[in-house]
Amino acid sequence: MIWRMNGLTGVLFALLIGGLMLVAQTARADEAQLRSIIAEFATAKKFKQVEAVVKKLGETGNADAGRVLRALSDGNLKSRKDDGTVLIVTGKGSNLALADPVTGDAFDAAGAKSGDFRKVKVKNSLRRKIAAVLSSLTLKSNRVETRLAAARTIFESSDASAIEALDDALKTESDETVKAAFIEARASAVLASDLGVDEKTAAIAQLAERGDRTALGVLSKFAASAPDELKPRFDEAIASVEDSLAIWANAQNIWYGISLGSVLLLAAIGLAITFGVMGVINMAHGEMVMLGAYTTFAVQELIRASAPELFAYSLVFALPLAFLVSGSVGLIMERGLIRFLYGRPLETLLATWGVSLILQQTVRTIFGPTNKEVGNPDWMSGAFEIGQLSITWNRFWIVLFALAVFAVLYAVINRTALGLEMRAVTQNRRMAGAMGIRTSWVDAMTFALGSGIAGIAGVALSQIGNVSPNLGQSYIIDSFLVVVFGGVGNLWGTLVGAMSLGILNKFMEPYAGAVLGKVIILVLIILFIQKRPRGLFALKGRAVET
Amino acid sequence: MTVVPSYQNTNRLGHRFGLGKMSLAFIVLLAAAAVIVPLCNLVVPETSPFYIPDHLVALLGKWLCYAMLAVSLNLVWGYCGILSLGHGAFFALGGYAMGMYLMRQIGTRGVYGHPVLPDFMVFLNWKELPWFWYGFDQFWFAAIMIVLAPGLLAFVFGWFAFRSRVSGVYLSIITQAMTYALLLAFFRNDMGFGGNNGLTDFKDILGFNIQTRETRATLFALSAGFLVAFLLVTAFITTSRFGKLLVATRDAEGRTRFLGYRPENVKLFVWTLSAVMAGIAGALFVPQVGIINPGEFAPANSIEVVIWTAVGGRGTIIGPVIGAVLVNGGKSWFTGLFPEFWLFVLGALFVLTTLFLPKGIVGTANDLWSKVRRKKPDNTEGSAVLQAAE
Repeated sequence: MIWRMNGLTGVLFALLIGGLMLVAQTARADEAQLRSIIAEFATAKKFKQVEAVVKKLGETGNADAGRVLRALSDGNLKSRKDDGTVLIVTGKGSNLALADPVTGDAFDAAGAKSGDFRKVKVKNSLRRKIAAVLSSLTLKSNRVETRLAAARTIFESSDASAIEALDDALKTESDETVKAAFIEARASAVLASDLGVDEKTAAIAQLAERGDRTALGVLSKFAASAPDELKPRFDEAIASVEDSLAIWANAQNIWYGISLGSVLLLAAIGLAITFGVMGVINMAHGEMVMLGAYTTFAVQELIRASAPELFAYSLVFALPLAFLVSGSVGLIMERGLIRFLYGRPLETLLATWGVSLILQQTVRTIFGPTNKEVGNPDWMSGAFEIGQLSITWNRFWIVLFALAVFAVLYAVINRTALGLEMRAVTQNRRMAGAMGIRTSWVDAMTFALGSGIAGIAGVALSQIGNVSPNLGQSYIIDSFLVVVFGGVGNLWGTLVGAMSLGILNKFMEPYAGAVLGKVIILVLIILFIQKRPRGLFALKGRAVET
Repeated sequence: MTVVPSYQNTNRLGHRFGLGKMSLAFIVLLAAAAVIVPLCNLVVPETSPFYIPDHLVALLGKWLCYAMLAVSLNLVWGYCGILSLGHGAFFALGGYAMGMYLMRQIGTRGVYGHPVLPDFMVFLNWKELPWFWYGFDQFWFAAIMIVLAPGLLAFVFGWFAFRSRVSGVYLSIITQAMTYALLLAFFRNDMGFGGNNGLTDFKDILGFNIQTRETRATLFALSAGFLVAFLLVTAFITTSRFGKLLVATRDAEGRTRFLGYRPENVKLFVWTLSAVMAGIAGALFVPQVGIINPGEFAPANSIEVVIWTAVGGRGTIIGPVIGAVLVNGGKSWFTGLFPEFWLFVLGALFVLTTLFLPKGIVGTANDLWSKVRRKKPDNTEGSAVLQAAE
């Protein structure tokens, strides 16, 4: 969870947010206790009495008291004269907004006038006490998340008044993560305080060590107004934070690149096999991916309708089914069409394009032209962080999945009889035939395998994008380029091609924008093909020149 | 491959251009249509059965432009074996050059009434005309650009591609990547070509209102005229000595090279010429449909051109024209009746043509005709396309 708070909103509000995180979990009994204490505000006529109630609120240790304390500090906490109900009242005259002091729910304010209410008295010395109570409620909350959130908001707002509370909290804090957060928050607060140079130097060092964007924000906020003796420290610290930020930004780009690369790899790897073995560009390859994605959709619909408790496993069911659906369509295509066109690669290209149009329109007729929503199972949604890298689970699983598919395929090609025959046919079709390999059978199996792989790629891709009849079209040109760039007849070529295109793409984007970056990549590939017409990892030998 | 001279069977003009009787008759008919259709539209009264309504003239004019595009593709694919999946790019570039001229002709009549800047630039808050728009207020400059823009792109592209011997499916894929890259580029507003919406709202061409029936009829006549010219050029090239070289390059590039020729130069020449033809087709297309947008760069469009050529018969002079008109006519008719099913039909066309009609309608008809006459097929009219596409 990322908190982007404007530092100016102040520590009180910030602490309150930390407290609010508790609301859902707090027991109803606590709320009742809170309400009974709050009700005492109605009878508290003197500052002393108000202070006593505030203290009582602090003793509850209930972070829900944040809202009412903040309202009190702002002078918005009022009691109704006729029944003594304590409410948060904002606005003037007869234009009032009423809110519950615990939950913040709005009340019907019709007919209410400011004259109906009596303000709970508050003064500056009391406000400081309220602030202390508030921070102890959050900084000493018994929930780690609340304490962390409180530390984070102090960090971002650099509130010097929080130093004492932090020091106090640090003494009793036992959780290491929270302790580190407190120390950083304190460093941020120290910069805003009027403490000595030594304290501030140490604080700057702590912030530099943290090294993220918020630390940079805090540092640059105080760098301008820093005394001369601290200026060089600030400059050093800012430079070091910027360095570490640049490294993380590159790491993030590389991750995005790998993630895009594995999508490309999934889409292209089946194509690489069919193209490598048969020299056939299958223009309907993208539609095999689309069929896989629609299989996922159908499986999920079926599960939703009949056994919703199995939804988390929907992808597991979809994988083999998608392989079968796309694989058998591929097999039918090969037996019914492509085998009549061997030796005429350009015609094969056209015929498969025709098949792709038919498949698209079929899916459009059956499922409709609109995008279909394919759900993410729980284990694929959300994100986690490594350092300053934010990684979404679905991307993470897809990278793993792509690599797994690659490994399995690699094993099939290098360790099985079918793989051996495929390699033989790739290298020299006629010689392989002469050695007794049924080349037409190998062709059929290869095509089915390549299409099936495209199908399971569709299952993965359905998790990160829209599922529509045009799904395949959006991947097909990129997949061709990966295959052509990587070279034919070598899976490593496809892997390296996909990853380098993915990473290159993501590094171009910040400079050139997404579209122009893509255009530049296309131009680069076109130029690259001129230089190495057979791709990065070209097969060598005479057999290639057929 | 031996060449069987068949001159004694053709008339004189046909001999000069190496045309069979059928092709010659077709071209004469087309030339006649260039005159008759506009006359039937403008002069013949509406009540007459010979009257051709305006919308039909517009539709036919559009098809003729498509036919020109198919003829240009046929020159490289049918005769030289280069399957371009990006010919739409040259078509669109020619169209954009014409569109830029037409945009400049709008003058102050645009929605924003700016004297120099086209509407979309005013809308984007641009202050002055980008440098590449200079000169497009003159027709002669636009005319040069119509030829130069696609020609130059094709020359540079081909120079790199053919020199490094990129061929077969590899070449097809990178031509597709080329048009895809242009598609993405032209979608950007920053490019200065109207972005997503392209160029439209044209008013005048050479001082004539683009909406009037007379202008439209003239544009039709021009399209037909250019198409006839393209057909004659194709016939002339393919039956010349150079044409033999072209076919030799298509059927056995390696052997041609070993005989001492330079296939890459042969390819580069027809490739560039073909791109220029496609550009001119695009330029005539734009004023007739009244808009040019990046959609013309879509790879699917370029592949559709391939199927027009294939249906009509690649490697034949008139095949592409017949294919383009038939497929587009079928599309208009079919999308009117069952819009859902057109893609099925188009897909089936791709599959069935490659499987059962690899020589296309004209090629197959020629074969049948030759069989009837117990004669070997005439080489100038689409024989043996089937051998070695690579």
